[in-house]
Amino acid sequence: MLVNQFLLIAAFLFSLGVYGLIVRRNAVMVLLAVELMLNAVNINLIAFEAYLRSAQAVGQVFSIFVITVAAAEVGIGLAIVLMIFRNRASANVDDFNLMRY
Amino acid sequence: MQIGDWISQPVNWVYLPLALVLVYSGIRVVTSQNVIRAALFLVGALASTAGLFLLLSAEFVALTLVLVYIGAVIVLFLFGIMITRAPLGRDVALDHPSRTVGAGVAVALFGFLAFGSIQAFGSAEVQGIGEPTSTEVLGEALLGRFVVPFEVVSFLLLAALIGGITLARKDLSPAEEEAAGAV
Repeated sequence: MLVNQFLLIAAFLFSLGVYGLIVRRNAVMVLLAVELMLNAVNINLIAFEAYLRSAQAVGQVFSIFVITVAAAEVGIGLAIVLMIFRNRASANVDDFNLMRY
Repeated sequence: MQIGDWISQPVNWVYLPLALVLVYSGIRVVTSQNVIRAALFLVGALASTAGLFLLLSAEFVALTLVLVYIGAVIVLFLFGIMITRAPLGRDVALDHPSRTVGAGVAVALFGFLAFGSIQAFGSAEVQGIGEPTSTEVLGEALLGRFVVPFEVVSFLLLAALIGGITLARKDLSPAEEEAAGAV
């Protein structure tokens, strides 16, 4: 197995995440795209760990940290989206202009 | 490395279906016009990612991914979709009308990343296929060398928990607050 076959698929997933982040209008869909990007980063970390084989499995440790932070991010992100939905009756990111100039 | 050599490694026969499922579900996550389907295709993408982790001999991380993402995060997403009353059928307004900007940025980014990784790791091979990382090593690293980040991350989870409760709590009107204080 080449390292590149994992790096390329991770790059593809990351680009899909960026596409979703730009194109989607529903805030929950934007969060789904962010999950794709974090997942791509995890694939990269694990592939580099398998390539370099560090003594303490550093790549795997960091991917566990990324998974934990992603879980916290989804919890808070969805809570914020629900809060805005309660106040504005919309989950469309175009309507969220409270902090705009 | 020639394509014939590549395909003659049995481990790549396992890789190919996983990669195809991953690419297809990833595309459907960002293009599906049905919100529930997009969330469920993310399950497919995450499950095949866990398969890739197993190929790269990272069992613990693969199982953590299944437990945390497919078990918890997706359920949270489905709750979020249901509570925000996202339209459950086909919804044409889910995307911005002009997708060309997003597609252009994504294609440019992919080209840049692919060029960089092909230049840097032309035909470098993954070491030690089928040599599992023992969870003992991982646990010792987490509670030894990486104990400070570990604690920071657990504090972050606590902060997220409290923040989620604070955000989701119903705001009381001044009269209700007084009544609650009197009890």
